[in-house]
Amino acid sequence: MTFLEYAPAPESTGLLSLREAYGLFIDGEFVDGRGESFATISPATEKTIAEISTASDEDVDAAVAAARRAYDTTWSRLSGRDRGKYLFRIARLVQERARELAVAETLDNGKPIKESRDFDIPTVAAWFFYYAGWADKLDHAGLGANPAALGVAAQVIPWNFPLMMLAWKVAPALAAGNTVVLKPAETTSLTALLFAEILQQADLPAGVVNIITGAGATGRALVNHPDVNKVAFTGSTAVGREIARSLAGTSKKITLELGGKAANIVFDDAPIDQAIEGIVNGIFFNQGQVCCAGSRLLVQENVHDEVVARLKERLSTLRVGDPLDKNTDVGAINSAAQLARITELTAAGEAEGAERWSPPCDLPAEGFWFAPTIFTNVQASHRIARDEIFGPVLSVLTFRTPAEAIAKANNTPYGLSAGIWSDKGSRVLAVADKLRAGVVWANTFNKFDPSSPFGGYKESGYGREGGRPGLAAYLKPAPLGGSVGEPAAPAAPAMYAGAPATWVEGSATPMYVPEAASLRVHANATASESDVGAAIGAAADGTASAGEATAAAAATSATTASTAVPSAPSDTAAPSAATAVPSAASDTAASSAATRRSARKKADK
Amino acid sequence: MTHLAIPKTYKLYIGGAFPRSESGYTTEVRSASGAFIANAAKASRKDARDAVVAARAAVSKWSGATAYNRGQVLYRIAEVLEGRRAQFVDEIVQAENVSSQDAGAQVDEAIDRWVWYAGWCDKYAQVAGNANPVAGPYFNISVPEPTGVVAIVAPQDTSLLGFVSALAPALVSGNTVVILASERFPLSSISFAEVLATSDVPGGVVNILTGSVAQIAPWLASHADVNALDLVGAGSVDWVSLEIQAAETLKRVLPPEGGPDAAAPALARITAFTETKTVWHTKSLL
Repeated sequence: MTFLEYAPAPESTGLLSLREAYGLFIDGEFVDGRGESFATISPATEKTIAEISTASDEDVDAAVAAARRAYDTTWSRLSGRDRGKYLFRIARLVQERARELAVAETLDNGKPIKESRDFDIPTVAAWFFYYAGWADKLDHAGLGANPAALGVAAQVIPWNFPLMMLAWKVAPALAAGNTVVLKPAETTSLTALLFAEILQQADLPAGVVNIITGAGATGRALVNHPDVNKVAFTGSTAVGREIARSLAGTSKKITLELGGKAANIVFDDAPIDQAIEGIVNGIFFNQGQVCCAGSRLLVQENVHDEVVARLKERLSTLRVGDPLDKNTDVGAINSAAQLARITELTAAGEAEGAERWSPPCDLPAEGFWFAPTIFTNVQASHRIARDEIFGPVLSVLTFRTPAEAIAKANNTPYGLSAGIWSDKGSRVLAVADKLRAGVVWANTFNKFDPSSPFGGYKESGYGREGGRPGLAAYLKPAPLGGSVGEPAAPAAPAMYAGAPATWVEGSATPMYVPEAASLRVHANATASESDVGAAIGAAADGTASAGEATAAAAATSATTASTAVPSAPSDTAAPSAATAVPSAASDTAASSAATRRSARKKADK
Repeated sequence: MTHLAIPKTYKLYIGGAFPRSESGYTTEVRSASGAFIANAAKASRKDARDAVVAARAAVSKWSGATAYNRGQVLYRIAEVLEGRRAQFVDEIVQAENVSSQDAGAQVDEAIDRWVWYAGWCDKYAQVAGNANPVAGPYFNISVPEPTGVVAIVAPQDTSLLGFVSALAPALVSGNTVVILASERFPLSSISFAEVLATSDVPGGVVNILTGSVAQIAPWLASHADVNALDLVGAGSVDWVSLEIQAAETLKRVLPPEGGPDAAAPALARITAFTETKTVWHTKSLL
């Protein structure tokens, strides 16, 4: 018996008490979806785990309405301290039920239990714990004093880290004071629904988090819903592009975490043992179904043969099989569709002339499996060096000089992550400076922490999750304008830290005005902080809070009207022809000059 | 003895040179009273593409300069602008039909804003970046970096102030810029190019196009080598289509702002065109 032969050590599923069918979690309750339900299966066995509801357009409406109601009447009126207490409760409940969540995740997703148990679920708890502490410290988020929540956040997450992606989205949104409608991926809804039960145990006010299940159509309806203020999406660049396109012209704030094709650069002075482990971790972690996976190995030419030989040796010891087995290193591919994509791209790799190698390994007869694979002799133009494979497939390329490594690493439309392996600190820092990637791991790979911002350059998306930037992504600066008559502060850019603006159809030309001038004013603009009990009381008494919101709206409209209206003439007189200046322009110029003067005064302060 | 004035030929500013539009097209610019002022170059699609090529080529040098050096170069621009104050005042009075006092105020504000932004070069990274206390033996730091090439549609309502207010923040972090000047008041932007050309700004860092926003902006919005799009002055054209085109390569986009306060000074204007890079490095066990 070699050390690779071992007795099965499966984690028991006995602690799971799953329902046969799950509804949607809307307004604190499970309700049946009006769409056609579907089965969620275990990718390791293809056996059905449970029936999952599909949210129809009406269900999406109901979920967004519940989130809006919870925002207006409850969540935005809670003190930051009390929002934080709910998040701490959630973090603790996740820790208490960690093993159950890990088993459910592995069952539904196909990832090895050692990853869900030791990485996914602990990271979920850490994320809630970290952002819980931010909830009462928003003044330090980098947007000035009293930043405001955005409102209702629509969040669509992928299937590779189902519950972890939920935590990355939900925790900062709630800490900042937003309410949430979240749609998990079609193939991995299970842990999100267990999470809904955790929210019930935490006694989170109804409607603050709503979880709706379904396929792409449900996600599309959610992000395009007119009453949504923020869209956060993690997934493919193709879908991210579609979302960016469909949200063009709206005031919705967007965070997109999209695909990647990370370079993992190994210099000849790299600590070789650590580098081999890092390369394996970089591409075979979670079966390579990781947006930041180190899928392009760039090896300095003089150590190429040694590195590849060591890699093959290491791959031969990876255990592929039952994800629930505690010894398993590589689990099942998440779906038949993903397996087909990996199979197609690797076939293209062979067809284009790269050399394919996999260790001998017996794959189970049932389920979706793909043996760990290395391609050598890969050219930068090959599809396997350009397209995101999202599977356990490593493409090996070589370089001679640091400049060549940098050029090859950056030769991609993606820019999510990169790795550097070298014992020379000055070289590591210089190369890190030149890499166009949002996360650079030096002598390590695939490290994540709630305090560490994560996100991409270029077509890997925009915005960051984690750390202070991840919190700021769910906030806007304090509502503009002081007392009536005082010139309002200038509108800041909307994308990152600025005030989202509202598109107003004017008489002749539409104009862009800061959101504070629109009629919908969220109650937290003026609401004083109150304790949990009072806030929930207010939630029950919808009339009283609605009245207050109206008063706030009136007050804020009065403040901002003075700035919004004078800008209208100049907009209306915007040039239609380059040659002639309309006669109205002189009036416009005068009024512009007057407003300019007041703006100058303010700038002098 | 009278002096017969020598009118200036207003051309484009691309890669540090002043070419005419390759199309040969020009646009007549008239004063508020209808008097002929100049024939401004009417930039073509090819001019826009040339400008992007020049901007891309300049990224490495400008973003690679030290923040201290960039700050000094930007400050130098303010110095040269101050020296040419009278020229800009005259130009604005003629183009916008405002008093010389108002024109002077516009130029002063433009200079002051430029100085304000110059001072941010070696400071914004400290405000926008930080060390991250990760749970493990790692050195972990997040720093902002320029996003690359930024295409800007300058505010339309002023000759100089809006132009400067949109341009300066994009340059602070080390981006290079292709900027479409105000369609109605294009001339000061080319005079400003003369300021840039004599202020140690490397060629290609700022490229200025005059002409039709509706015709040129789509080529910039859809250009795959442009990283970000500032639509601050695009409110009067079909900017939603521009944003849709920008989505094809997931450009960072800022929406239009109306009125004289468009592109008001803000740190957020600088950080909007930066990327946060987070670097992890292992710490050894001792």
